[in-house]
Amino acid sequence: MTTQPRGPAEDSSGRGAAFHSPEVMGELTVVEPLIFEASRPGRRAVRFPAASPAATAAAAGQPALPGAQLRTRAARLPEVSELDLLRHFNRLSHLNHAIDLGFYPLGSCTMKYNPKVNEWAARLPGLADSHPLDPDELAQGSLELEWLLAELLKEISGFPALSLQPAAGAHGELTGLLMARAYHRSRGDAATRTKVLVPDSAHGTNPATATMVGYTAVTIPSNERGGIDLAALQAALGPDTAALMITNPSTLGIFEDQIDQVLAAVKGAGAIAYMDGANLNAILGRFRPGEAGFDVMHFNLHKTFSTPHGGGGPGAGPVGVSARLAPFLPGPLPMLVEGDPEAVMRNAWHGRSTPAARFALETADARPSAIGRVRSFTGNFGMFVRAYTYIRSNGDAGLRQVSNDAVLAANYLRVQLSDSFDLPYDRICKHEVVLSGRRQKREHGISTLDMAKAILDHRIHPPTIYFPLIVEEAMMIEPTETESLETLDRFVEIMRAIAEQAANDPDALRLAPQTTPVGRLDEATAARRPDLRWRPMVEAEHA
Amino acid sequence: MAYSPHTEADRERMLSTIGVSSVDDLFADIPPSVRATRFEVPPPLTEQEVRAELGRLAARNALPRISFLGAGAYRHLVPSVVGEVIGRSEFSTSYTPYQPEVSQGTLQSIYEFQSLICELTGMEVATASHYDGATATAEAALMACRLTRRDRIAMSSAVNPQVRRVVETYCSGPEIEVVVVPADLAAGGSGLTGPDVAAGIVDAGFACLVAQQPNFFGGVEPMRELAEAAHAVGAQLVAVVEPTSLALLQAPGDYGADIVAAEGQPLGIPLSYGGPYVGLMAARMESVRQMPGRLVGATSDAQGRRGYVLTLQAREQHIRREKAASNICTNQALCALAATTYVTAVGPEGLREVAELSVTQTRHLAAAIEAAGLGERRFSCAYFAEVAIQLPGAARRHAELARQGIVAGYLLERDYPELRDTLLLAATELTRDEEIDAFVAALGATP
Repeated sequence: MTTQPRGPAEDSSGRGAAFHSPEVMGELTVVEPLIFEASRPGRRAVRFPAASPAATAAAAGQPALPGAQLRTRAARLPEVSELDLLRHFNRLSHLNHAIDLGFYPLGSCTMKYNPKVNEWAARLPGLADSHPLDPDELAQGSLELEWLLAELLKEISGFPALSLQPAAGAHGELTGLLMARAYHRSRGDAATRTKVLVPDSAHGTNPATATMVGYTAVTIPSNERGGIDLAALQAALGPDTAALMITNPSTLGIFEDQIDQVLAAVKGAGAIAYMDGANLNAILGRFRPGEAGFDVMHFNLHKTFSTPHGGGGPGAGPVGVSARLAPFLPGPLPMLVEGDPEAVMRNAWHGRSTPAARFALETADARPSAIGRVRSFTGNFGMFVRAYTYIRSNGDAGLRQVSNDAVLAANYLRVQLSDSFDLPYDRICKHEVVLSGRRQKREHGISTLDMAKAILDHRIHPPTIYFPLIVEEAMMIEPTETESLETLDRFVEIMRAIAEQAANDPDALRLAPQTTPVGRLDEATAARRPDLRWRPMVEAEHA
Repeated sequence: MAYSPHTEADRERMLSTIGVSSVDDLFADIPPSVRATRFEVPPPLTEQEVRAELGRLAARNALPRISFLGAGAYRHLVPSVVGEVIGRSEFSTSYTPYQPEVSQGTLQSIYEFQSLICELTGMEVATASHYDGATATAEAALMACRLTRRDRIAMSSAVNPQVRRVVETYCSGPEIEVVVVPADLAAGGSGLTGPDVAAGIVDAGFACLVAQQPNFFGGVEPMRELAEAAHAVGAQLVAVVEPTSLALLQAPGDYGADIVAAEGQPLGIPLSYGGPYVGLMAARMESVRQMPGRLVGATSDAQGRRGYVLTLQAREQHIRREKAASNICTNQALCALAATTYVTAVGPEGLREVAELSVTQTRHLAAAIEAAGLGERRFSCAYFAEVAIQLPGAARRHAELARQGIVAGYLLERDYPELRDTLLLAATELTRDEEIDAFVAALGATP
């Protein structure tokens, strides 16, 4: 720390300001100093015991660390007291919007309530302290939980086989396309099947995944109703097609109502049908992708099954597959090696263990065709605990209600907002609705970005904006099933008021947001002169 | 639904506003031929019922009373304050900070994380996080291929086998060849990766050499010499490291590492049967545009307030789609926050204490086994906080001890057929002298 605060400055923030005043450091006002800037040599929080004399004496006879391999430059880590640490991170937390603070209709991300009993469960010492390489006999609870969750996800999705291993949706996509490729290799036509078809409404991870696996992504246009252009799809499908990746319901919030024909065409071409399951929360109990004929789908446990998003993870992206892809699943899979599966499930649904049941991780050579590991161990287990808890809490009726209420809320907003904003695809939507701000842009020069920033001043997180790419000035709104009608009505009022303001007082919108801890940030300079880490002031001045 | 706020009157009002008579009308666009024909999920549970069920599963795990198991995941103290911070729902129930004005808490904490990782590794730039150490290593290898425009990588056999499997999986898609550099695993061997062996394999067709410090057997590798072997042919050194070891061992930036990947679990993240953990990645600034994953940068607003944003996004899938450096989107932000809080809570002195205690107790353990005449070190190398011990009937004794609630580390023959009768044992600052005594006694009583 080389800069002393020069005194408080004015701050219009409604949050951090309540707890402390911003400081001026150098040329900038600082809402909350970096933890490094609060460091004082010699201060500390957690301490550890000294090694016993016996341990030290015993250790002395073992080989010493080679001098040439020892650290010569100490890491400049912060030195703070525990209270300073806690206040720092608590104050930082006050600078965030979060589901637990207010409405968060960020389309495609499914920002619904994250139940607290799930957190309780994930922290149970019997689960949280379980080492992933503990002998199977000591980890029967972890293995049973994974096996039960896999069975439930198979039932929900209609796939006969599943791996929990992928750590996020995009990681599930990678796993899925690697399996598609392994499948084609097993049939001897991997060399000719080099293309992955992706609709133009797809999430960016789909084409990026295709490239990572060594495929060429080919974009398929949407039709005027927001579905895939079936003629264009049929024209693109051929002996060089490895797979189609399709999000259903799509990123437009629309169920692909020609999905039966799409699947028939893909199968007819000998390609793999991949469903991006990001929006599975809209169709629980209504559509099971595996049953409908898809070969592979990733789940986003953090979306559909409400594990907390954590500011950008951890998520979990299990993949379900058809029988023809099952040999290629990444392992090891949790297996029931002794006991009747029906009895184990029946008992578990009644809260009982099955004494004769024994679970084990698959051995490394169990499935020689497997694509290999996609991450260490068996996956983001803590997320499995939460998702299992969520599925059991909701049960069959609850999961159906999740989709019903999510779709109901999105359609309610669609109808309530269709006068104020353009609705590029005027039809029933699923869990989210995509509006366009093109009218405001053309008539008043107010962009969707301006309107999003104005929403921030109402303590609401804006929708996903400028996505999907095929909608001009897009606003993708996903209200979720856990928001009350009062919240939805307040959002409608705010959105209508912003649309009016765009017409009557556009200049004010361009200045939004006014009440957030910081205003619009200079992203161009951030990219042009990257400042990606703290440095001591003296060093920074010479950088 | 357990968490629905809606009354039937609310639902009726929404239906009538929409202009449909039933919620089923909103699903009429699903073709009848593909509608779900079954959905046999068990019925809903109340909170007390679901707690009983999760309590049942937790109780089915028989946590060991003594364990020397590491092999990629380590039992360390998680200070109480770490749980307190990551339990704050302002952090846990937010998402990727697309709107920086209301995400400064997440963004600044990621910037602090990047800074801490740079300090620990001696590198210039660190990403916001990866899924785990193995996927970070795989992404680092792919990054080296992009940077060098080469398509072969070399990897020491002393790199964690699970990490190696993940690297191989990631490389199988773009058909990048993975060549193994055999470490000296012969009886009485060093247990290390020989720089001359590496130099004999890595030629100008290789993008990188991947080596681990300390290696899978705890051995302290000659990283500078390995870096030189890679650099001599224009290849990069990808260093896979264990973060607490960086309190004592040379920083990768100081021995010539070009990309650093690590499993961040030892930094305040519970074992949790293998996840969620956090992958760390750091590199040199000249390589930043080929780095995968999120990066946070500092900037300011119009009023001169310092703030943080996601930056250099032209590398990422949501902007570049098929031309992106990686497909990674959601990563492990909350685990990165745990690591940030952990490193801050222990500070430079505490991290050194953790490393020194772990090393001392591992040596204590090895010395106690040797003194009792039960086994001997398999390799001649200096080791960090994990050690390979050879002893007769290792697999059988490992199984017998497990029945007594003692986990005698990791059986190396699971991955290395040539390392029969060899246990990989790890101790940490949580290892108590009495546990070592009890383990040695139990081992002696299990012939």
